[in-house]
Amino acid sequence: MKNTALNDTHTALGAKMVPFAGFNMPVQYEGVNAEHETVRSTVGVFDVSHMGEFLISGPNALDLIQKVSANDASTLTIGRAQYSYLPNDKGGIVDDLIIYKLKETQYLLVVNASNIEKDWNWISQHNSMQAEMRNLSEDYSLLAIQGPKAVEAMQSLTSVDLSAIKFYHFEVADFAGIENVIISATGYTGSGGFEIYCKNTEVKQIWDKVFEAGAAFGIKPIGLAARDTLRLEMGYCLYGNDINDTTSPIEAGLGWVTKFTKDFINADAIKKSKEDGVKNKLVAFELVDKGIPRHDYPIVDADGNQIGIVTSGTMSPSTKKAIGLGYVPKDKSTVDSEIYVQVRNKQLKAKVVKLPFYKA
Amino acid sequence: MNIPAELKYTKDHEWIKIDGDVATVGITAFAQNELGDIVYVEIETEGETLDQEEVFGSVEAVKTVSDLFMPVSGEVIEFNEALESAPETVNSDPYGDGWMVKIKLSNLAEVEALLSADDYKNLIG
Repeated sequence: MKNTALNDTHTALGAKMVPFAGFNMPVQYEGVNAEHETVRSTVGVFDVSHMGEFLISGPNALDLIQKVSANDASTLTIGRAQYSYLPNDKGGIVDDLIIYKLKETQYLLVVNASNIEKDWNWISQHNSMQAEMRNLSEDYSLLAIQGPKAVEAMQSLTSVDLSAIKFYHFEVADFAGIENVIISATGYTGSGGFEIYCKNTEVKQIWDKVFEAGAAFGIKPIGLAARDTLRLEMGYCLYGNDINDTTSPIEAGLGWVTKFTKDFINADAIKKSKEDGVKNKLVAFELVDKGIPRHDYPIVDADGNQIGIVTSGTMSPSTKKAIGLGYVPKDKSTVDSEIYVQVRNKQLKAKVVKLPFYKA
Repeated sequence: MNIPAELKYTKDHEWIKIDGDVATVGITAFAQNELGDIVYVEIETEGETLDQEEVFGSVEAVKTVSDLFMPVSGEVIEFNEALESAPETVNSDPYGDGWMVKIKLSNLAEVEALLSADDYKNLIG
């Protein structure tokens, strides 16, 4: 089991630590509902240093990225980031990721912790153009500073005008007394804020200064449990839950980051499935009856026949409604469609709704 | 961790308070802490007679769901209706207002085999 560079800090804060993707990670500090509310109303900080970072460089860097990812990275300019995914050659998804254009011939790929080795091998295997690849995952830390007060609370830590960094843009600048930190206006909560990439040796200083600067705003540490409820209220996919090696990117609703203006792995088959139409769709739903949907619970029709599966579910801390994502046949995927979730021995009525579940 | 000496316990992290042939049952401070924020307690077995270790309900936390097991055999004669609107009481007062059901015992001999506070303390380490 690996530790992030902040392991002692989390333990000292009384965090409940759990194994996640090979790391000891803080799942909660004071409680998931309170932490969720902190991010929705003010500002909270997540240590998500388990995430993986690959640096792809050289004259062929873009060629490699274009081949392995579905979105069009040629549209990126320096200082911009892009959400994308790595399709496999069997119709499924290797991982989803964010691609940062750092320099004219240098990109940073940020991947899920559970997939670091798989992604590295997959990308390496397709690197026939011999782009330079470096796995920085072990040396870099990532803090997500999220919430409506993030800009105001963090401004004193940097010479960059934080309010001027647009969504999915970033600056490489000074932050909390450290030079060359990536300050990225991205996140997985829907409440705004930043993600800060720095070296493991720098992260403790940054963490401490972030909490000093945020004290007046009620800044708090936030665990993985609230990270999950926050992302689910937005309907953001979680790899391993909502998408995996066998899910179709079109069924998963990733058509918007699938660009057929360029060639990439499995592009022809994905294009065909988009044109022919897919059987199922990943939808958002709310329970009408009382109960809570969970990952892998069956979705059934009024007669109890299984028609789909729940991929994520929880009680929404913001709306107090039981919410979920799941795959259903296309004819049940329109808003207000009535579906049922099999919760142990009961069929609970649910209805398909529009995302997000909560407007942050 | 709070483990009141006057209660009995099960390996499934329930506490039980015996008063004649009626027992009050809830989950321990350790259990509520492991589950995290509790958002729903579902008990639909009122009036049913169940065996020891049978499921009498479930408790849903934000992140997980857990079954509730009968610490002893008996009839579920009452459930704590206050939990319907305030399930978080199980977190804040697990041995008091967060109680879950009352059971009319059908086999008093089963009480002997329940864990003492010391036994339970050793179990959770």
